[in-house]
Amino acid sequence: MSAGRLFAVFRKELRQLSRDKLTFGMIIGIPTLQLLLFGFAINLDIRHLPAAVLDESNTWRSRELVAELASSQVLDFRQHVSSPQQIDNLLRSGDIGAAVVIPRDFEARLERGTEAAWQVMVNGSDQSVQAAARQLASFPLSSLQYRPGIAAVRPVEIVNFYNPERRAQINTVPGLIGVILTMTMTIFTGMAIVRERERGNMEMLIATPLSPLELTLGKVLPYVGIGLIQVTLILILGLLVFDVPVRGSLVDVYLAALVYIAATLSLGIFISTLAKTQFQAMQMAFFLFLPQILLSGFMFPYDGMPRFAQWIAEIFPLTHFLRLIRAVMLRGAGLGELWIELVTLIVFVMVMLAIAVRRFRKSLD
Amino acid sequence: MGANDMRASTRDSSEAVIVALGLTRRFGNVTAVDHLDLRVRRAEVYGFLGPNGCGKSTTIRMLCGLLTASEGSVRVLGHQLPVDAEAVKRRIGYMTQKFSLYEDLSVAENLEFLAAVYGLVGRNATARIAELFEQYHLGELRRQLAGTLSGGQKQRLALAGAVMHKPELLLLDEPTSAVDPQSRRDFWESLFKLADAGTTLLVSTHYMDEAERCHRLAILDRGRLVADGSPTELMADLPGMTLRVDSDQPRRLQEALAAEPHVLGVAQIGASLRVLTDRKDDGVAWLRDALKNVGVTADVEPTEPNLEDVFVAVTRGRKEDGQ
Repeated sequence: MSAGRLFAVFRKELRQLSRDKLTFGMIIGIPTLQLLLFGFAINLDIRHLPAAVLDESNTWRSRELVAELASSQVLDFRQHVSSPQQIDNLLRSGDIGAAVVIPRDFEARLERGTEAAWQVMVNGSDQSVQAAARQLASFPLSSLQYRPGIAAVRPVEIVNFYNPERRAQINTVPGLIGVILTMTMTIFTGMAIVRERERGNMEMLIATPLSPLELTLGKVLPYVGIGLIQVTLILILGLLVFDVPVRGSLVDVYLAALVYIAATLSLGIFISTLAKTQFQAMQMAFFLFLPQILLSGFMFPYDGMPRFAQWIAEIFPLTHFLRLIRAVMLRGAGLGELWIELVTLIVFVMVMLAIAVRRFRKSLD
Repeated sequence: MGANDMRASTRDSSEAVIVALGLTRRFGNVTAVDHLDLRVRRAEVYGFLGPNGCGKSTTIRMLCGLLTASEGSVRVLGHQLPVDAEAVKRRIGYMTQKFSLYEDLSVAENLEFLAAVYGLVGRNATARIAELFEQYHLGELRRQLAGTLSGGQKQRLALAGAVMHKPELLLLDEPTSAVDPQSRRDFWESLFKLADAGTTLLVSTHYMDEAERCHRLAILDRGRLVADGSPTELMADLPGMTLRVDSDQPRRLQEALAAEPHVLGVAQIGASLRVLTDRKDDGVAWLRDALKNVGVTADVEPTEPNLEDVFVAVTRGRKEDGQ
């Protein structure tokens, strides 16, 4: 292992990168585009769901209920209908996602207090719509407090820590750091190493004193810097565009990112020992990228997944990084509190590199 | 390896730079190189002559330590391969068949990279690169990207890269296959300069004129060594005879002769035919008889054989063995 040879490869790789305008554009373009797209599009907190209302009671109290529901902004009442049949038709055609039905004996039911006084019908095929409706039904609505003096009874109170405004970006943006690093780092390193083989440079390199370790490290090092640039870009854009805070220490954020960059790079190196062409390297990177994005907890909450899926998710480095980065950025945790995740990532890096070194032989056999 | 062994191996390498015995390489069921014995002496230009797919590249790769032999033993510069492959790599230069430097780096950047890989730093690197610019006329091209160079310029750059660390042995795999004739001549001048300076060169080629320039050469056919020696020796030992036939119907005669047994090859050179036969001493008499049978009158004269005749004779001979 010679520092001179390592640096020779590093400098060569930087020079090649600086001439590769497409890759350079992707380094900046992918994080920016993804942050804006995901930041604006992923929002499980539903607002302005198109809805209809069937008010058969039509009293001041029922009208107050409708007004109160409308002011919650969850439902956006577009139509007043006069029969359940119409609600059926509107739901089926997709014109509305929910409907509120207030029966003729609404006030009498409220008075008795033994059965449901009103009803929300939803398009339950979309689970997030369903969840929104369920939430709506447990709203403390003042119009339902029939007897003055008695407060509405709420069986459970939910106190929202860390995200009182319930903004999805708070959760999405830190996750995106992981997703973008997974995508770009793994693909770039996988392809960069395979490129030497595909373009025939490897045959020349093998005949020199350059060792596989020097070649691999030298090629991968520039991407550590690129990864850190991407992290910085996402943090700045997240703060400016979506007002996502860094509540923990910035040093911890970068340390966690550095360890995760090492994990994605080692995965890229591993891929490069399997792939024969750059195209294959890209395919393999995508093959590993998709389950990570779906199972890591970026898209769907980890706790909601079946046990089997959770086991798989534990293997992916992204799962562990998401726990780290969300804890540090959103909950202000220190890395010491999350040492298990950190150690898991380090073990992942070492296993990947060990396999890669075993597979990477310095010959053409 | 002990100190005594080291000294012994260095002494050994002073006479033979490459010693290969029974060198064999198989890829699955295909035997690319079949029990090859080689001995290359210091400071000679040793040629590998043979058609595409005869095992030239595979042999060179095994001699560089890039491929492991399936069978047989190789010593290069006194080092046993493949165990000492890394030690060999510091002392040899290898010029690949396909241009293998970085097309998206400039001429100077490519050489700077190689200098650093071979451990040249600071003033040493600058001086060596300046020397190579001068020697291979690359100075004016220093800022140009390697991908935009012409075939001949790429060749010069590749050679400059391969001799960066002044290797004792330089292996070149068909170095002139993508180069115009003038560049080929210049390139060979460079090779002889290197040999004069004490470098041993092993060059594979399928050009006869290049093979003729080598001090010694080996003719390879389907993985086997079919002949080796200096070009003059090989021509003197031609297992047959070359005859010049003048007639007024060369085309008809060529067709008739090609079907004759004992005729290894017929080529038209201007108005006359050049006939290669495997009859060693009675060639002239035999051909005159044969012409009588065909019913054509022609003059038959023995003529000087060339390397192509040797090549055809030794490779044709084997083909008939095999059948």
